[in-house]
Amino acid sequence: MKKIYVREEWCLGCHLCEYYCANANLGGGNMAKALKGRPVHPRIRVEDDGKISFAVACRHCDEPLCRKGCIAGAISVADGVVCIDREKCVGCYTCILSCPYGAVLPAEDGHAVQKCELCIQTAGGSPACAEHCPNRAIVFEEGGASA
Amino acid sequence: MKHVIIGNSAAAIGCVEGIRRASRTDDIVLVAAEPHHTYSRPLISYLMAGKTDRTKIRYRPENFYRANGVQAKLGRRALGIDPAGKIVTLDGGETIAYDNVLVATGSDPLIFPAEGLDQVENVRTFTTLDDAEALLRSVTAETRVFVVGAGLIGLKCAEGLRAITEHITVCDLAPRVLSSILEDAPAAILRRHLEENGIVLKLGTSVSSFARAGAACTATLRTGETVPFDQLVYAAGVRPNTALVKDAGGDVNRGILVDTLCRTSLPDVYAAGDCTESPDACSGERKVMALLPNAYLQGETAGITMAGATAPTLPLLPMNAIGFFGLHLLCAGVYDGERTEHTDGQNYRSFYTRDNTLRGYILLGRVERAGIYTALIRGRTPLDALDFAALRDQPGLIAFAGPVRAEILRNQDNQRKREAAAP
Repeated sequence: MKKIYVREEWCLGCHLCEYYCANANLGGGNMAKALKGRPVHPRIRVEDDGKISFAVACRHCDEPLCRKGCIAGAISVADGVVCIDREKCVGCYTCILSCPYGAVLPAEDGHAVQKCELCIQTAGGSPACAEHCPNRAIVFEEGGASA
Repeated sequence: MKHVIIGNSAAAIGCVEGIRRASRTDDIVLVAAEPHHTYSRPLISYLMAGKTDRTKIRYRPENFYRANGVQAKLGRRALGIDPAGKIVTLDGGETIAYDNVLVATGSDPLIFPAEGLDQVENVRTFTTLDDAEALLRSVTAETRVFVVGAGLIGLKCAEGLRAITEHITVCDLAPRVLSSILEDAPAAILRRHLEENGIVLKLGTSVSSFARAGAACTATLRTGETVPFDQLVYAAGVRPNTALVKDAGGDVNRGILVDTLCRTSLPDVYAAGDCTESPDACSGERKVMALLPNAYLQGETAGITMAGATAPTLPLLPMNAIGFFGLHLLCAGVYDGERTEHTDGQNYRSFYTRDNTLRGYILLGRVERAGIYTALIRGRTPLDALDFAALRDQPGLIAFAGPVRAEILRNQDNQRKREAAAP
């Protein structure tokens, strides 16, 4: 299946992916209007030490420890995409304890978690981070061939 | 092949899903003493607080048994296993022949005898949906609740009940809260937080006697203090349910002894979850690691093995994620070796390293991306191959050397293979 892959050597550290992710998960629309003056809670995060930068989002593991460990049964896999049922999630953070990538994050309200779901609910299956990365440092493809 | 699963919680469900990964056609019969659809036991405290409900507490969707071809016999108790005849006997005398059987019978709460306890009415424990619903029926805003035990179960019960009543006292023999998973410094921070949220804690003491006058009861503590209460909840530990395997002649210590594939000492009899004792990947010691993620992993491993396929065996760790009144606690591993700790009074983090590996950690408050630490413990990753000083302050993949990071980011399966390869 197609997943998000990052190409560290092309990442400019611009953090645009974070803004596009947050905006897509707020329902899309005009990003400046939607995000102006509010803290963003993206599901992709750029790690940056001033020299190196790259984005990290859910790897949609074949053996997802987040799903196996979820105490609420709130995490499922649908067509390879690891998804969280916010209604069932009680925000215990066992998935945060389990994910080796640190790719599951507290949701804005702190009462549940959130993670990349490849924009299946939002931008119609075309992840906004990859779509809008200005330097193609994030790609959405099979197997990470070019990563 | 015909598989019988005794139990209906995380290990049992993991076993169903494990079997179905390997075989769509094997027969599965699931027997459980509770009459309910599979539900999440740790969520019963959230049910008290109104953060989940009878529907959302289901551990799997309503059609789970049908979708997985499981013949579910709910509300039925398994009374015995005959490993020679390969037969499970149920209440009422019904027998079920099996090729493999999984024992996932969990644990039962302990009620220690105390003087006057027989006078106290409605003594409750807090491990099942029925326990939670009984408390929901009996506790009102006026009810004074006394919880014996300041461990995971007792404190989650107290937090859940706090949504209903302001009058909650918790007592524990240990001098700190969560004594089995916390050291003194983080326990002190958590204690203060619990007290600020209205939980009265009596630590380092125990009940010497109970007395009753009319509907109201009183507990007298060994310190001489008295605690008046209307509802008593015992959360002072659990005992693994080992009888089925023990009575069949299998090896049992505190829990049922199993290997990494969840095999017991009896042929074709497997066990998983809170009823078992298995090697802790950190210390190597056999332990009852009664934690839901481990129960699921064990059940899944058992299921794949029972269906005749080769299961990936993940090393099991003690690990906990738990929160109280918005303060999150994440911890994993064992607390031995060299400790480094940092606290600002609200947030706390400590790390334990030995032999160039991370052995354990405790995070209170700021817990984001803690799984990166858990993976270091599980994988026994050599710390000199990464920038651990930076990682301690800020968990991130940037602390790994470039080529390692590229591998991690490219293919999640490498992580799994590294974990599976760890001894």
